[in-house]
Amino acid sequence: MTTADLLGKLLQVVMGLAILAAIVGLLMFFIDKAPKKGRDYWQLAGFLAPAMIFVAVGLIYPAIRTSILAFQTSGGDWTLNNFIWTFTQPQAIRTLVNTIIWVAIVPLFSTAIGLAYAVFIDRSRGEKYYKVVLFMPIAISFVGAGVIWRFVYEYRSGDREQIGLLNAIVVAFGGEPVQWLQTDPLNTFLLIIVMIWIQTGFAMVLLSAAIKGVPTEQIEAAQLDGTNAWQRFRNVTVPGIRGSLVVVLTTISIATLKVFDIVRTMTAGNFNTSVIANEMYTQAFRASEIGRGSALALILFVLVLPIVIYNINVLRKQREIR
Amino acid sequence: MSSVAPADLPVGKNLGSIEAAEQAELAPSGTKAGRVKKRLTSRTATVVSLIIAILWTIPTFGLFLSSFRPAELIRTTGWWTFFQNPGLTLENYGSVLLSTSSSSPQLGAYIVNSIAIALLGTLITLVFASMAAYAFAWIKFKWVNWLFILVFALQIVPLQMALVPLLQIFSTWLRPMQAWLHDVVPIIPEQNYAPVWLAHAMFGLPLAIFLLHNFISEIPTDVIEAARVDGATHGQVFFRIVLPLATPALASFAIFQFIWVWNDLLVALIFSGGTQDVAPLTQRLAELVGTRGQDWQLLTASAFISIVIPLIVFFSLQRYFVRGLLAGATKG
Repeated sequence: MTTADLLGKLLQVVMGLAILAAIVGLLMFFIDKAPKKGRDYWQLAGFLAPAMIFVAVGLIYPAIRTSILAFQTSGGDWTLNNFIWTFTQPQAIRTLVNTIIWVAIVPLFSTAIGLAYAVFIDRSRGEKYYKVVLFMPIAISFVGAGVIWRFVYEYRSGDREQIGLLNAIVVAFGGEPVQWLQTDPLNTFLLIIVMIWIQTGFAMVLLSAAIKGVPTEQIEAAQLDGTNAWQRFRNVTVPGIRGSLVVVLTTISIATLKVFDIVRTMTAGNFNTSVIANEMYTQAFRASEIGRGSALALILFVLVLPIVIYNINVLRKQREIR
Repeated sequence: MSSVAPADLPVGKNLGSIEAAEQAELAPSGTKAGRVKKRLTSRTATVVSLIIAILWTIPTFGLFLSSFRPAELIRTTGWWTFFQNPGLTLENYGSVLLSTSSSSPQLGAYIVNSIAIALLGTLITLVFASMAAYAFAWIKFKWVNWLFILVFALQIVPLQMALVPLLQIFSTWLRPMQAWLHDVVPIIPEQNYAPVWLAHAMFGLPLAIFLLHNFISEIPTDVIEAARVDGATHGQVFFRIVLPLATPALASFAIFQFIWVWNDLLVALIFSGGTQDVAPLTQRLAELVGTRGQDWQLLTASAFISIVIPLIVFFSLQRYFVRGLLAGATKG
């Protein structure tokens, strides 16, 4: 990087800021000078315009266009071949199966571990530090996490000393080192562990706050009735945090369905580890199969849709109760 | 921090779990006998949570320690043998940051890119979203509610649905403008930040509008009405009253969006072009994994550099971060 490069970048940031400020300033100026008649309409338009233009150009139009592209050949003729490919090619089917495996495992384990941890450390000494430890991976990028875990899964052939932790443990117990990320189907599960590692902290923080929201009187009443800790947990705590449990499960499910970076960084989808989001990228931007990529994006949308709707319903009900 | 989204910003003042935890610690924990009993029964729980905590830290710690070990030692020994094979060095960081040889990662340019992208990717979203949120909340028209629901519903659309057409739009409309700018101001490369900034803002807006609307609409009606009656325009109300009052919500979302943009890979891969003119750290790191996958002295140091800024943001602003994450979702 030369000084000129740096200067160019700095100039871009300054220009970006200036343009942003100019847009806002001009809008505000014209809003206040709007004609008396229908002034409210002008003001509304002024406030909404930038966001609405962005959303229309960046989301609404592209989503419609992608839905159309999914049903077209590269020449523009209507076809179902993109979907037929997705559901018949062994490689594409494997992608779908992998995605289902991901979504079946990650939310369940993250939530279970996060919940157990939240309960165990609740009101214990040093709860704050316990929390930070588990929560930290959330701030780490998926790419960074990918590198961290590739290092754990690193393989050294022959008699050379292992530098990957997992193989070192295997060798210490007298086993043969394994090429973890190349071994199908084990590799998919090893990638899933990375996602669980990231998402557990999210589950823990939300559930921990929910547990603190369970009224102490209820717990004490149950205690007086002579229940043991497990019974109290099952019959008082869990019903008390049900709404949060659903939100955590659904949010992690959506994140898992869209998982891309981890697979991209660790195996790039090779060795039968690809998932829908990764395959979508590979097809549309590496293989120039726009139709197939669009079809995969549409499938992703259809998979996410029911979960999001369910999630919104739960949130809405909670708000009504409040 | 991708795709972990807060559901709602808490409207109350101090409901973060950290504060709750502090209160719990201060509260008297029953009689002495009760405390002893609790400690005994929860011994298993303590052990289990300790094990989980250690398991969760080891991978990051291994990377961190390795990034300071000499290349030769990383290659031949595990980091856990540190005491048998001691040796610390800053050479790895030197070679990824300062070395100008073409074979080294040369992260400096990418760090600048990441900062530039995250800064404006956050700011544009925040400014436009707060304006829209104000309009949705305080400029009353019946059909505006429908528009708000539409924006809210757009959160359903996965990023992947928008990528291909948006790239086409950018190459048709934005590319000529970039080329023109390059002609006028040669030090600005033809590949500039504009597409990445715009893409991040576009994808971030629906969630941002939704969250900020929840907060801004809870500002007492009296406050806004009083100002309006005194003859303040919507512009004045927005800048003088709404923005200052909404600062906590703005801060929470800003931190979120910053970490999200900083950690993003997908948007960068598609809109940055991949050169050191625009590509952020994450993209460079992913590329290094592909091309230099065995050079752990480079990978560990590079990875740690890319991790450290979100971690600093996270640790210093944790309170806001947790508050943003906690959301109204947890109050059920």
